Parts: sequence; C-alpha cells; structure tokens
Amino acid sequence: MQSTSRHFNSNARKGIADAKLQAALSKLSHGFPVKRLAAMARLPEFEALRDDARDIKEHTLANLGTYLEIYEAKVLESGGHVHWATDAADACEIILGICRDVDAKTVTKGKSMISEEIAVNEYLENNGVQPIETDLGEYIIQLRHEPPSHIIAPAIHLSKEQVAETFRGEHRHLQTGRNLDEPRTLLEEARGELRRKFIAADVGITGANMVIAETGTSIIVTNEGNGDLTQTLPKTHIVIASIEKVVPTLEDATTILRVLARSATGQEMSVYNTFSTGPKRPEDLDGPENYHVVMLDNGRSKMLGGEFHDMLRCIRCSACLNHCPVYKAIGGHAYGWVYSGPMGAVLIPGLQGLAETHDLPGASTFCGKCEDVCPMRIPLPRMLRSWREKAYAARLGSTKARFGLAAWAFLARRPSFYRPIMAFGVGLLALIGRRGRFSTLPLAGGWTASRDLSAPEGTTFLSQWKRGKR
Amino acid sequence: MGPRELILGNIAKSLKESALSPSSRQEIETRLSAHANNTVPRRGQGENEAQTALFIAEAERVNATTERLDGLEQVGEAVLRYLASHNLPGSVKVAPHPLLENVDWSKHPTLDVARGRAEDSDQASLSVARAGVAETGTLVLHSGPECPTTLNFLPDNHIVLLPQSQLVGAYEEAWEMLRGDSNAMPRTVNWVTGPSRSADIEQTLLLGAHGPRRLHILIINDKKTT
Amino acid sequence: MSDMAQKDTDKKNMDKKNVGLFVTCLVDLTRPSVGFATARLLEAGGCTVHVPDSQTCCGQPAYNAGDKVDAQALARNVITAFEDFDYIVAPSGSCAGMIREHFPALLAEDEKMSARAQGVAAKTYELMEFLHDVLGVSDTGTTFQGAVTYQDSCAGLRELGIKEQPRALMAAVDGLSLKELDDGESCCGFGGLFSVKYPDISGKIVDDKAEAIEKTGADVLLGGDLGCLMNIAGRLQRRGSPVKVRHLAEVLAGMTGDVPPIGETKE
Repeated sequence: MQSTSRHFNSNARKGIADAKLQAALSKLSHGFPVKRLAAMARLPEFEALRDDARDIKEHTLANLGTYLEIYEAKVLESGGHVHWATDAADACEIILGICRDVDAKTVTKGKSMISEEIAVNEYLENNGVQPIETDLGEYIIQLRHEPPSHIIAPAIHLSKEQVAETFRGEHRHLQTGRNLDEPRTLLEEARGELRRKFIAADVGITGANMVIAETGTSIIVTNEGNGDLTQTLPKTHIVIASIEKVVPTLEDATTILRVLARSATGQEMSVYNTFSTGPKRPEDLDGPENYHVVMLDNGRSKMLGGEFHDMLRCIRCSACLNHCPVYKAIGGHAYGWVYSGPMGAVLIPGLQGLAETHDLPGASTFCGKCEDVCPMRIPLPRMLRSWREKAYAARLGSTKARFGLAAWAFLARRPSFYRPIMAFGVGLLALIGRRGRFSTLPLAGGWTASRDLSAPEGTTFLSQWKRGKR
Repeated sequence: MGPRELILGNIAKSLKESALSPSSRQEIETRLSAHANNTVPRRGQGENEAQTALFIAEAERVNATTERLDGLEQVGEAVLRYLASHNLPGSVKVAPHPLLENVDWSKHPTLDVARGRAEDSDQASLSVARAGVAETGTLVLHSGPECPTTLNFLPDNHIVLLPQSQLVGAYEEAWEMLRGDSNAMPRTVNWVTGPSRSADIEQTLLLGAHGPRRLHILIINDKKTT
Repeated sequence: MSDMAQKDTDKKNMDKKNVGLFVTCLVDLTRPSVGFATARLLEAGGCTVHVPDSQTCCGQPAYNAGDKVDAQALARNVITAFEDFDYIVAPSGSCAGMIREHFPALLAEDEKMSARAQGVAAKTYELMEFLHDVLGVSDTGTTFQGAVTYQDSCAGLRELGIKEQPRALMAAVDGLSLKELDDGESCCGFGGLFSVKYPDISGKIVDDKAEAIEKTGADVLLGGDLGCLMNIAGRLQRRGSPVKVRHLAEVLAGMTGDVPPIGETKE
C-alpha cells in the first residue's frame, strides 16, 4: 500500500476529530490492558517467562543463519518447500508463482502482518488471483480497502454501523432488508459468506507467529479458527514468514506462546495454537498436499546486530499499542502504513525511509510504558531516540523547533549568559502574566492552543538563593 | 547469487560486525537435541485428580463445557444427551480412532454415527485428544489417519474425548508424549483452548467465529483399565 | 559550649549529608517555590543543601530531540557542578531519571567522563525517594486539608521505580486524603518538546487526563514533576475546572499558604 506516514500530523488530527474512532480507542484502554494485568496476576512466573522469552530470541538471533539452515532442512525432510525472498517484490512473485502452478483462482488468507508488509493482496489481484481475508477484522478492512489500524484487531477503528454498511454494499446477493444491528448478526453473516470461500479456495496463505528449527514447524495463533480452515481445506498451504521468526525448539516456542496471548489480549492462551509441519501425510484423511514456506528478509538481516537489532525480538503482540498514550489518542491509521504504535514507529522508518516518516519516532512522550509492557523487553524508547538522532543529523523536521532548541542549548551551555538572560525573560513574563497564566502568548502557540500556560513567579530560584532567601 | 545465499550472507556479515557471540554448531545441535524446558509454571503441577480439577476450571473459564464419565460405555449416551440438549439432530461425525472403535454405538440406534473427516454439512464431531493440559484447560489434538483435523474446525459442535490418564500439567509434558509416539511431527498439532471466538467488531466478544461454536469435553476415567 | 557539646556538634556536621540541589530549569525559571520547598525538606531531614550556581539544564530536551552533542555538553556541565556532593537531589523524576538512567549511556564513549557520569548517576535521587528511602523520613509533620489526587511522573515511575514513596509521605500529612486516578500510570501527554511539537496529540492526551482527574472528585492534583503539572494545570484551567495543581514538595514543606497553586494568583 501507499504510505501516508508523511502526513502524520494531519492524519493524527483526523483521528482525534473522529468520534467513532475515539469511542473505540477509549474502549481499548479499558479492555486489553485490564485483562493483561489480570492474566499476569494469575501467573507468578510471568516475569521469569519474559526473561526466558527474551533470552531465547537473543540466542536465536546470535545464531540466526545456523538456525535458518537447520529449519530449512527440517521443512524439506517433512516434504515441504522453502523459498527465500530478499524483499517484498520477490515474495509476491514467489507466491503468485505457486498459485499459478496449481492454477489457483481464489486464495483464502489467515491474518498475517508480513502479508500486509509485502502487499501481496494487491499483487495477486492484479494478476488474476482473488485473495480473500478470513480473519473477521481483516475481512472487513479488505472489503473497505483499508489498512489494518491495529496489528491484532485490524478493524478496531470501525463501529458496527460502519461494518453493516460495508456488508450491505458487498453482500448484494443477500436480502436488502435483513437485520444487521448487532455484532452477532454481522459475525454470522461473515461466517456464512466465508464458509463457502474456505471450501472453494485452491490455496490457503497464512503467516507464522514463529517457525521452529528443531522440527521444521510453522505456528499460527488465532481465536477464530479461520487460520486453521485456511490451511487445512485447500490443496496448497503457503506460509509467509520472516527470518526473525525462527526459534530453536518446541519448548522455546511454548515459552513465547505463554507470554504472547497474555500480553496481547490478556487471554491465558489463544483459542487455537496450530503447529504445522509439512504437507498431509499419505495416510491422512485431510490437510493440504503441498506446503510452501516463503522466508522473507526485507531489511531484517541488516538490522541484525545493529542499533535496531532488539526490534527483531518483536512477536507482534500489540501490547505497546494498547498501552501507548499516543496510539490511544490518534489510532493506527495516523501512522500511515501497516504497522502502528511504538513498534510501528520503530519499524516504519527503516522500511519506508526516515525522510518521510520522521514524525513517527518524533511523536512519543517517552513515557516508557511500551518498554514496560513489552513481553520481549524491547527498549522501544531507546530505538525511537536513535531515529530522532538520525533525523536531527539529517536536519529533518521543523526548522523553528530546531532553532529554538539550538538557541536554548547555546545558552544552557553557557551559565554566565544564561542566568541574566533568563532572569530578564522570566521577569518580563511575570510582569505581563499577572493573571497567573496566559491563554495565548507569541511563540507559544503550540502550547496555548489546547491549554493555558502558567506564568513564572518572576525571579529565578538561583538569584533568590544567592541573595540568601531560604 | 540466489536470494538464499544473499540473505544468509547478509546475516553472516551483520553477525560478524556485531558484538553478538554466536554458539558453535555443536552447541546448537546439543541445545536442539536436549530441547530443555524453560520456566514451567507451577500452576499445573500436582496429583492427577488436582490437575483434572484445574483442567476443568480453566476450560470452563474459556467457555468450554466438560463432563466426567466413568468409562467408554457411557460415551454414546453422553453424546446423545449433549446433542439433544442443544436441539441438534442425532448424528455425529466420529474420528476413526481405535478408542472410539471400542464404543458400542449399536446400543444407541437413534444416534447416526459416521466415521471420517468432516464435511461442511456435519453439525457435530467427536474426536480424541492426545493430551489435556491442566495449566490452561488446553486440548492437544494432532492429525493422522485416526484423527482428521477438519473434525476440530468445520462442525459447529466439537465434542472431544479426553482420557483422564492423558491429562498433564504443562504443555512441555504433552510435547514429550508426542515425541514418544513418533520421531517426526504430524502434519498438524492443535492446541485448542475453548471454542472459537472473535472480538473484532467493537471489541465485543462473541463465540463461534469460524470454528466450532461449542466445545464439549468428555473426560473419561480410564484409571481402572490402565 | 563544653568540649563534649562541641564535639557532638562537629560530629553532627560531619554526619550531615552534603546534598547538591539540582533545582531543574523549570523550577528555577518558573516556580522557585518548589526549589525552596525542596531545600526546606532536605534541611529538615538533616542535610546541608548546596546550590551550584553553574547549573542550568540536565540536557534532556536536547537528548530527546536527537541532539546528542548539546546533550553531552550539558551533561558534562551537570557532572562538573555536582560530582563533589554526597548526593544530588532533584524535585523531578524526569531530570533525576535523565542523570541517573541516561548520563552513563550518553557519555559511555567519552573516556574522561564515562566513569564520572556513572559516579554521579549512582548518587542522584528524586526528592521523594531521597526523603523516604535515604533519609528515612516517614512524616514531614505537615497539615493539608483536602482531597487530593496524584499523577505519577512517567520517568519517576518507570525509570526510577517511584510509586510508594510519595504515597507514604502523603499518608502522613494530617488532613490529606488521597483519591487515586483511574489508569493512573498513564502519561499526561507532556513529554517535554513533544507538547509543543505535537500540540494536537498532546492536547488530546492531557484532556483525557484532566477528565480523569475531575472524576476523582479531588480538590487538588499533586505530582512530583513540574513539567507534567504545568501541562495538566494548563488544561484544567482551559476546561474551567476548579481543581488546583501543586508540586507535592510545597505541601510536604507546609508552604501552600505562601504560594498560590500553579497558574493561579494569590487572590
């Protein structure tokens, strides 16, 4: 998809003004985070599991090449295929090639952020293959031609009325007067529509929450069961994974699964955790005959060992979005691309270039909540700051802000200038701010647009202290 | 250079330039074959009966229903009763599993029993779990000629037979059971924790998204026979 | 004075902790009362308070803006001005967090400064944690009539782990009752330069915070970080809210009669 990250500020304003979005975001604050706390409280080992999970990924990343080779050999041994893709274009071409080999007309899809990252739907559609998203939220946003606004709840920005309107527009073969007032009736309609598509599909594409070197297994985690129908009913199962998803053993994957659902939705465990190894065995009564894994790099191998290395531990749980004051103020679409929230603000500049995306790492209060809740203990604020350093060095962003900061730093580095100038400044401000505060003030429009500015008391602490006041 | 070599080459280059300390191939092989446990929550540990109680409590927390049976001879009756209680027709698609072959279905002439994989028209299925994990009330099922995966997802009503002796505390113990069964993983291993659900519309939690609307677990007391 | 008594006084003076007060630029320039309250609390706790005249800013605005060079220069200035004291105390979780949690990394590659940065970091404290954890103060002996709510500073809370200390000190204030905020650990939307670079987003976050504060029914919002407090006070005032805002140090030092709440005048 076309990124709109460069319009971050106007996107954000739109999000703040959107009453339906705001209602959804306010519900989010009282949903996932509250459930997460409850799940943590029930599991005394949660912090130890977070340490384990981080260590597992760090060990794997330090040996990434070796583990990928072992994983690949295991997939081949179990009768599957592995295709390596350096970038999005390669991955799309490989997937289309597999679809063409089996003469596919329709493809069902489980929810996959990598699939969003490489925009494979658009590519398949343009080449005569119809992709059908089957996760309820993804299905809705696919019908609306929108990107996900949340990595695990992609349609969180929509009201049930908007979904009903979309269904009426798209499901034209159904009765026009039908009742679509409640989430339940909407879900039933989607279930009915998609059931036929699951059965008719020639290929099923899923993502992979992890892949396991020990066994050559891919894992999907869902609550709906759509991923399982997607990968069980068609003749061909394609898994889109990226290189950092590998973990060594079944036990290691298990540890990460223990922190994933709890951090994401606050569930103890997602409803369906599915481990797939190769195609169906000859004696099996169901399952796909072909199993392909597309292993995508798309810049990740270059992140390895560098300043954004820690981001490769991310398991896409969405805890950082759910707890981010900025995300909760503006919603996911403001970020302008497929990822959002703190994890998106770290990933997007690397994938889309900093010049057009520097506002994403810029727009953080550095409140530290994202790092606090990240199950993989990823230092998100540190990485956001790294992007800001690059943006500053490249002179990106508002010149007014740069100038103001430079002037401030110039003075602050020279206490003997700083002191009298500041003393004069605060004296003046106190004089004109006798009411105690300003509702407007030249050069302070950013502040006073939405709040008053308290006036200084009038004399600096240091000068009073020096004069002996206590 | 092909994409595989390019990617692996980039990885090697990044690792070489980094401060990360890789393990030797031997160390990695040893780690893989040892597949040691990481932290395992204490919650699931205990006597089989306590684990059974925990399993039931956890499964019911996530909207599964459970029923304890004294033996296989009660399965047919339990299935019939369950179907009737939900006003469902008396027919069930049954996994061709040896354990279920021991059920004398002929005692229940009103129950229409078919064996095999699930079809879209099947409203209820009966399969056998390889294990139950007390920690979260999770069923472990796997594909094979005796247990088609479609039974776990297509019908609206999924009934699962879980022998009490197959109940374990933690997922890790279930992996050990599977490793004991075979050297290779089956095509599919499913961990199932409650019936299908979605909260994608206005964050309203609804059961029965694409998979089963109901999950009913029959825990069979198989202690006497084993 | 007898020899004995003289010796006792000497010993007491030797035992007295020499504390460098890093008053923070916001307090120095806009609300000196917080600085005086801090000094009063430290002295009451048995410290000798020193205020180096060469202090300006901890460098956090530059650091967070990606301007590492200026941030490093300002950090060196703080280290030079403060490294000889037993302790460095700031009435701000944010500035104390900058010194304690970020200076060592910021100057890690500066051979001359790296060890000095770590030395300063190791003896830097936020005021409430210093009073409670280091000085062992459990009761400042003050009175304040009213229902208050409290906004934790994000840096204080998550970088320094300060949560119980201000609550313990508030609990000992006669007449004060605490009403906790819903979602109390969430940010107020200040974020330093964030508040002026992204005014719409910051305004939205602080509006939600102001609403949560009003919902508690408290008369006064207290906090330990002037930046957050100015942000919240500004929004409460814009909303026409009756809730007043103060730094906790003013309450603990019994100075609320001397100085009006933030953004208010004496009358």
